[in-house]
Amino acid sequence: MSSNNGLKVFTTPFNNGNPVTVLVLGVCSALAVTVKLQPAIVMALSVTVVTGFSNLIISFMRNTIPNSIRIIVQLLVIAALVILVNEVLKAYVYDVSKQLSVYVGLIITNCILMGRLEAFALGNKPIPSFVDGIANGMGYGMILIIVAFIRELLGSGTLFGMQIIPESWYAANGGFYLNNGLIILPPMALIILGCIIWVHRSINKDLQDK
Amino acid sequence: MILKKIFEKLKPTFSKGGKLGMFSSTFEAFESFVFVPDTVAKRKGSHVHDCIDSKRTMSVVIIALMPAMLFGMWNAGYQHFLSTGEAVSFIDTFFYGFLKVLPLIVVSYVVGLAIEFASAQIRGHEVNEGYLVTGMLIPLIMPVDVPLWILTLAVIFAVVIGKEIFGGTGMNIWNPALLARAFVFFAYPSKISGDKIWIAGLENAQSVADGFSGATPLSYAAANEIDKLPDTVNMFLGIMPGSIGETSTVAILLGAAVLIFTGIASWKIMVSTAVGALFVGFLANTFGGTPYLEMPAWQHLLMGGFAFGAVFMATDPVTSSQTEAGKWIYGFLIGVVAIVIRLFNPGFPEGMMMAILLMNTFAPLIDHCVVQSNVKKRLKRKSVI
Repeated sequence: MSSNNGLKVFTTPFNNGNPVTVLVLGVCSALAVTVKLQPAIVMALSVTVVTGFSNLIISFMRNTIPNSIRIIVQLLVIAALVILVNEVLKAYVYDVSKQLSVYVGLIITNCILMGRLEAFALGNKPIPSFVDGIANGMGYGMILIIVAFIRELLGSGTLFGMQIIPESWYAANGGFYLNNGLIILPPMALIILGCIIWVHRSINKDLQDK
Repeated sequence: MILKKIFEKLKPTFSKGGKLGMFSSTFEAFESFVFVPDTVAKRKGSHVHDCIDSKRTMSVVIIALMPAMLFGMWNAGYQHFLSTGEAVSFIDTFFYGFLKVLPLIVVSYVVGLAIEFASAQIRGHEVNEGYLVTGMLIPLIMPVDVPLWILTLAVIFAVVIGKEIFGGTGMNIWNPALLARAFVFFAYPSKISGDKIWIAGLENAQSVADGFSGATPLSYAAANEIDKLPDTVNMFLGIMPGSIGETSTVAILLGAAVLIFTGIASWKIMVSTAVGALFVGFLANTFGGTPYLEMPAWQHLLMGGFAFGAVFMATDPVTSSQTEAGKWIYGFLIGVVAIVIRLFNPGFPEGMMMAILLMNTFAPLIDHCVVQSNVKKRLKRKSVI
């Protein structure tokens, strides 16, 4: 991953270096905001913006930050960006921002951010760092959206709030179908995430333990 | 022995290199189901050889489950005709329940065994026997009216997530049958709680006999309506609504006798579970407060899935504690937790499922502590001399 080849920096987070399924970072928010698709997508976008710009800013400053206080500086940059994102969400998508509640603020503690800053931005030029940040945010968002798709479809029978499973199937209307209540609960999100990791590793031979 | 000859004849076809070599584990599963396998474990290390293998063990558990299953079939029919107010003969009653319960058992076995066989083929393992018992336990702890598609999902969840992921039979942390029930309990709560679902056909019933309610003893108890409980004899015999196999304490005790006599299940776990339940029950009696808390402690042993759980679920040799002292602690805590959930948690009328799953999780820890304390004790003894 130390290679500065732009394309490789961009594609790694979608496969061999996916922050959620391979590095197992940011799992907490992947469980918390994936009950419905809409908040998941907003969350994915917010994290992408914050990872991208925090990587960019820290990379600009990388030669002037004293090593002993770098964590504090990184936190300050991330916190400032998260506050900006939070204000934008409140201004333009207030409902979703309400649903996400504390999880927008908790982006600060998302391990992906600090992980990318430490592992990449501190040692690379601004442009590749920015690409790396955006790509990692998108790799994280991709998993979030897959989990949210499964959970909203099976747990509520809807996608983006629109009814997908026909109303006439439901037991209340004389059908047989019931929404799966377990999918809504966090443990099932963890199991779905586990299944995604399972599928990912069986396809990608590089990731299998010897 | 025509059967034996057929197997001998087919063997080369299914062995390695044979025409159907890829199905060798399927073949072996059927062969050793019919006959005792002709190979024994290698004489290496300090094994104790027993003539009974795990397939025979499982068969004994199935035999022990028979009384509970047959009674469950009759009770399913009896409760149904009680709800409609019809009077029918014993045979009709049993047959009605039989037709209700049989599809559940068939679905459970077909789905579960299909997954077992498929995963054994993929991994190139032998087919494990564990599902023989799980497949029978799952229908017995379901309400008789559970839809078949929900049962199918529950079985898939239990076998894939509960067992195969950990490496198959013998490697699982939780009891797969209880995991199937937990899945239904959390995913489709309306199908496994409430008072309309324990009796066949009650949910969509056109007419219900006067004064009939489908509530289980536990739901009366949780609502503090102790005077509405069935009388003790009926509760002991199991003539009350509930999951298919769990109602009859008598039938379960028969099964327990078989299991203890053949030495397959640990009597220590069964006894300590009952002791744990009685302990909390007596504490509740002493301090009292509500009618439910003051209900005689021993009645807890007759209600709900307590007896079934203690005899067939808690004693699962894979998921329970292995050390002898550990078994006492493990069983005692199951009893304690089950009754605490029953008495003090308004959300769940029954606590047995949660209690067993919780203690399954802690069983390795209990074993570890027992072993470590033993090690310490012996080290101390050594240093004295």
